[in-house]
Amino acid sequence: QKVSVEVLEHLEHLALVDFRDLEGVERLQKAIQFADQLQEVNTDGVEPMDSVLEDRWCLYLREDDVTEGNCTKELLENAREKVEEYFVAPPGNIPLPKLEERETFLQGS
Amino acid sequence: LAPWVPVVGLEIHAQISSNSKLFSGSQVQFAAPPNSLVSFFDASLPGTLPVLNRRCVEAAVMTGLALNCSINKKSLFDRKHYFYADLPAGYQITQQRVPIAVNGSLSYSLCIDSKMSQMVTKTVRIKQIQLEQDSGKSLHDDTRSQTLVDLNRAGVGLMEVVMEPDMCCGEEAAAAVRELQLILQTLGSSQAVMAEGQLRVDANVSVHHPGEPYGVRTEVKNINSIRFLAKAIDYEIQRQIEELENGGTILNETRAFDSKLGCTVPMRDKEGKQDYRFMPEPNLPPLILYDAKSLPANMNHQQVINIDWIHERLPDLPSVKRKKLVEQYGILPEHSFTLLNEDGLAEFFENVLKRTQMKPKRVIGWILNDLLSYLKQHSLPVKDSPVSSFLLADLLNLLEKKEISSTAAKQVLAELWKGEGKTPLEIVKEQKLELLQDQKELEQICQAVIDGQENEVIMMVLG
Repeated sequence: QKVSVEVLEHLEHLALVDFRDLEGVERLQKAIQFADQLQEVNTDGVEPMDSVLEDRWCLYLREDDVTEGNCTKELLENAREKVEEYFVAPPGNIPLPKLEERETFLQGS
Repeated sequence: LAPWVPVVGLEIHAQISSNSKLFSGSQVQFAAPPNSLVSFFDASLPGTLPVLNRRCVEAAVMTGLALNCSINKKSLFDRKHYFYADLPAGYQITQQRVPIAVNGSLSYSLCIDSKMSQMVTKTVRIKQIQLEQDSGKSLHDDTRSQTLVDLNRAGVGLMEVVMEPDMCCGEEAAAAVRELQLILQTLGSSQAVMAEGQLRVDANVSVHHPGEPYGVRTEVKNINSIRFLAKAIDYEIQRQIEELENGGTILNETRAFDSKLGCTVPMRDKEGKQDYRFMPEPNLPPLILYDAKSLPANMNHQQVINIDWIHERLPDLPSVKRKKLVEQYGILPEHSFTLLNEDGLAEFFENVLKRTQMKPKRVIGWILNDLLSYLKQHSLPVKDSPVSSFLLADLLNLLEKKEISSTAAKQVLAELWKGEGKTPLEIVKEQKLELLQDQKELEQICQAVIDGQENEVIMMVLG
């Protein structure tokens, strides 16, 4: 089974990945085939496993104390643009242009 | 024209009252300098991991128990993916597969008539309560076409309470949310102040004809007060009815409530149906809770949360407090409802009772009719009342001992309200409001009145 163009486009929108070329799509195809092997195992009546450690994988509970924060300057060093200690972002999500308007090899598939 | 049945469900997000965030040690505080309460994890810097805050789990368990839920002894964390500037990780950690509490109920009261003399009790089912992260805050600067992002709120713990569509109108939804607010405040699990964003409500609204399947529902957001909640829902119900009666259809969309115009409008930036690509949170194992029976023998108890221990320490919920007030003082259910509806009023009432011989049934009139109406007229909370419980008790004692009349008492209260520091006794003496007890003196006054009004007396005697 091949992955349809609709699914590929949907994935590009959701995850903002760019399959770029045929090789990229084939790599995806192979990854799906590899993962699909899991379907061959009969898991009827078996609870999904959270970890190989099973019940030894314990969730650590932290006390409700203030131990972090107050590092505005450091955090803002990562910002390309800032305004008075706020991060600056575009006005809203910039939608990925429609398939027809993009230079992607998916066009023409 | 066939009747319409409106159906209303609610999704409520309550900010957990805690010192630090759900998965990190940065502080939880309203109104702090932008990006000052942000840890590396909150900013989603690589290499950081979530660490669960015990207090947040306890808050969710308390709330679940207070809402009659089954607490899941094993619950799971998941990632919900979407892109937005105030969600630095690109996903929110939530509980989509197995939340911490399920299948509860909330009972609330409604007045049948506007005079508040008859109340009915209704119930709404609670589908579930889940723990999840709050996002940061976006400030839209339309003039410069940019968004300013403050991550102080990013990662704060939330309890999402999902109410089944058992309500039918704005009034019911408002009453249910008000009761939830009181419960949360009593538990202390959330301060639930809507104005500060600690309680956010989204409404799901649809209409259908009796006997037919449910109609398409819309989601209404951006509701900032309980009053607006009722308005938004009632508007949306009407809008849908009118649309359908005119042959139109309802779109499954998200709409925002515009409080200035009093209507709902479609929200921009909502592209079709979202695919959140839910996946288990790989960095967090299942959350295991215990009870008295399943308590492990040799575990460090700081790492153990015992549901029964929490249950035993739950405070009296509002419904229980109301019942106790009615039983203890013989007041009406409507009275105890109002007492609990105003912050501090029940305490004020009980403080007055401690200092006066006057019967509770009489005192309640002064609290609800006189004191409360003064407070409402001046938009004052009980804690800012210029008339303290001591002063009111002193006044009521004068009345009880028949040293002043009821009318005089109202006059004294009006004077006390000015907050000039005078005691009721001082005001009574100043304005000469004492009731005359002396029989002879009273006779003399009456005689003088009669003597001064001879004509009228003759008319009265003649009939």
